[in-house]
Amino acid sequence: MTPELGYAAAVAALVLAVYGSAASAWSAVKGRADLRLSAERAAVGVWLLVLTCMALLVYAFLTFDFSVRYVAGNTNLGTPFYYRITAVWGALEGSIILWAFMLSIYTLIVVARYRRTQPQLYPWVLAVMLGISAFFLLVITVPAPPFQRLSPIPPDGRGLNPLLEDSGMITHPVALYLGFTGFTVPFAFAMAALIIGRTGDEWITITRRWTIVAWYFLSLGLLIGGWWSYHVLGWGGYWAWDPVENAAFMPWLTGTAFLHSVMIQERRRMLKLWNLTLIILTFSLTLFGTFLTRSGIIGSVHAFSQGSVGQFFLGFLALVVLGAFSLLAWRLDRLHAQGELDSIVSRESAFLLNNLFLVAAAFTVFFGTVFPLLSEAVKGTKVSVGAPFFNLVNIPIFLALIFLMGVGPLIAWRRASSENLRRNFLRPLVIGIAAAAVCRLLGVANALVLLCLALVVFVATTIALDFARAARARRRTGDGWLEATWGLALRQNRRYGGFVVHLGILVVALGVAGSQAWSTQTEATLDRGESMELAGYTIRFDGLQAAEESNHFKVIGTFTVSDRKGPYTVLTPAKKFYPQEQSPIAAVDYRLGFMEDLYLVLGEFARDGSHATIKVQVNRMVSWLWIGGLVLTLGAALAIVPEPRRTPALPPGAQRVVA
Amino acid sequence: MSGRSRLLPWAIPLAVVPVLVLLAYGFRTDPHDIPSPLVGKPASPFALTAFDGKPVALDALKGQVVIVNFWASWCYPACYEEAPSLERAWQTYKDRGLVVVGVNFQDKEEPAKRFLTQFGHTFPNAPDPAGRVSVDYGVYGVPETYFIDRKGRLRFKQVGPVSDELLKREIETLLAESA
Repeated sequence: MTPELGYAAAVAALVLAVYGSAASAWSAVKGRADLRLSAERAAVGVWLLVLTCMALLVYAFLTFDFSVRYVAGNTNLGTPFYYRITAVWGALEGSIILWAFMLSIYTLIVVARYRRTQPQLYPWVLAVMLGISAFFLLVITVPAPPFQRLSPIPPDGRGLNPLLEDSGMITHPVALYLGFTGFTVPFAFAMAALIIGRTGDEWITITRRWTIVAWYFLSLGLLIGGWWSYHVLGWGGYWAWDPVENAAFMPWLTGTAFLHSVMIQERRRMLKLWNLTLIILTFSLTLFGTFLTRSGIIGSVHAFSQGSVGQFFLGFLALVVLGAFSLLAWRLDRLHAQGELDSIVSRESAFLLNNLFLVAAAFTVFFGTVFPLLSEAVKGTKVSVGAPFFNLVNIPIFLALIFLMGVGPLIAWRRASSENLRRNFLRPLVIGIAAAAVCRLLGVANALVLLCLALVVFVATTIALDFARAARARRRTGDGWLEATWGLALRQNRRYGGFVVHLGILVVALGVAGSQAWSTQTEATLDRGESMELAGYTIRFDGLQAAEESNHFKVIGTFTVSDRKGPYTVLTPAKKFYPQEQSPIAAVDYRLGFMEDLYLVLGEFARDGSHATIKVQVNRMVSWLWIGGLVLTLGAALAIVPEPRRTPALPPGAQRVVA
Repeated sequence: MSGRSRLLPWAIPLAVVPVLVLLAYGFRTDPHDIPSPLVGKPASPFALTAFDGKPVALDALKGQVVIVNFWASWCYPACYEEAPSLERAWQTYKDRGLVVVGVNFQDKEEPAKRFLTQFGHTFPNAPDPAGRVSVDYGVYGVPETYFIDRKGRLRFKQVGPVSDELLKREIETLLAESA
């Protein structure tokens, strides 16, 4: 019964979404409030029905309903109950439901917030959002129905992909999809603004906080994905430039560019066309990412490919890109800049450069990702583009971006005087170079690391100086230090939230540089009782044990580790044998540390436990990535707190004075 | 406004068309379909013992068209989808000089035998315990199916499940050739 109910709910949601989208658009054309109300009810209905679909699917997983093909394919009797819930989005069909569900929640929030405050834009926003929902609901009704029946009903399911049996998989897709779907809101507002011809700054002011939320979740999703890759895949890395990672990274790059370039439009009335282009690109890239993962046109470790889903996604992608850019072309005459670039040495041009680099990075990633396809189409040869290409092209771009991160927020608008430059950048520049010099003397030889370090210290110092200066100014008005700092952070939360995010990125950058430059590894075959050494650690092989788990068989190696100071820890890396998998899955064991992680991967072993091969890695500064992620979270949270003393609603087009 | 500048904005949407076309082209390719360098060369010989204890050796099948199908009981759904087609092809063409050989890939004996009983396979099926045969044939994953002509040359490789139409087409081509 569950599958039929679920399917019916999906179809009903699809019908409601299509109706709601059309009704909302028609209400805007004809100015009919009754239709608009009806469209809002449809949006609520879509949310309830998608919620029902989710609940039914969870129920089917929890009760091992193998009459549902999707359940049989992604779980078996041995799957623990919490992974049965996350298995809901463990493969294509369920992840589309998750997507539709999140989109329906965003739609409800938009309805609740803007139905009264934005009478002109709002009906079109609702129409666009429900239209996009309709597409995802179409996918779960036609090409990828999660409630498809399986006959005959198998006694047991195939089981979840063992790599997905991990806590990271509970949060990674959720964060990533909250990011992906979050960009729907600014996109919908942009489309609404184009449709009614109000192409001013209104849509940007309204969606500013939305963009930060989407950007934050996308960043978090990427970092959790890196964490998953690091502690599950057993190769000791967190980023491999795999097409699917790239697919999530591209909208992050263009989204970051968008986040920055809107500030210029708010402040200087420039870049209107550019901002619209960026949000269209960002939203299209979120669709492209899903298309890439689900169509199977490009080989990847995240092999999902099935059926006609790819064609549906490509069709929709074409509709969105062509439709959105056609709207843009239609309204082009209203998109002229009202401001002009006064000087190359100004905040505008720093932001422009930042945009240029971010978009260039997005383009190189896009090019590298689709190049195998291009090569096959043009020359008929299959090639693969690997990490060396992406690293070569992107490292200089990212170093330049870090530099601009220090310059952009502090350089003067319009035209920077030499006094402004000296006041803000002279000391940071000297301190940055000095820090690199000290590290050079301490024995850091890698030129890229030194450069990265100098840039990071430069940027951190600009932020610290700016903050100290502002806090001192507040203190003069009589506040205590703590009060001054807090007051400042909250009063100008957007600016200082942004700074904290920048600090988070700096920490991540150091983590990347350090781990790339200083990590070390070795592999050895040890007899029982024998020891090996790496980077000050002594690792002794103590033997093997076998264990039968609910859904797999596990061989566990025991390794006693001591460091220079004496006994350190016991690590137990394992190999898991799943009946449905062709090769065993490595279960890494590690000890995380602030400066270095010890990371053990069990390799081949003798069945009698007399010897085993172990890969030992000492990964340096990888923890900084996760710490950077936490800092990022704080910054993003600060940036989206509503400003405490809000000026009353500004008339349209008025300028809000925020840095 | 001149006609030219009115048309110019439409270059923006048009610019993305080539990218979309390229992506659409992607559907015609399969990244997993790596051309086998073995096609056209003599198929590497194997000698296995079938589940029923009888020997299965490629050398003994010279002069016949041979289909070698790699499968596993855990390979769901693809191997389950193609299984009936293989049996049908075998029943249709066995009297005209076709042999179907199933090679069980990285599997356990009990579920493998249950698979064979479920589909009522009557053609020879053998486990490949050491994985030697699958390495020789360059198997990436199951199911994969290799078509060998009467002269013992590997002629065609199918990655993913085989269908009735595909089997009919390939088998009839190869059967029509003389030894």
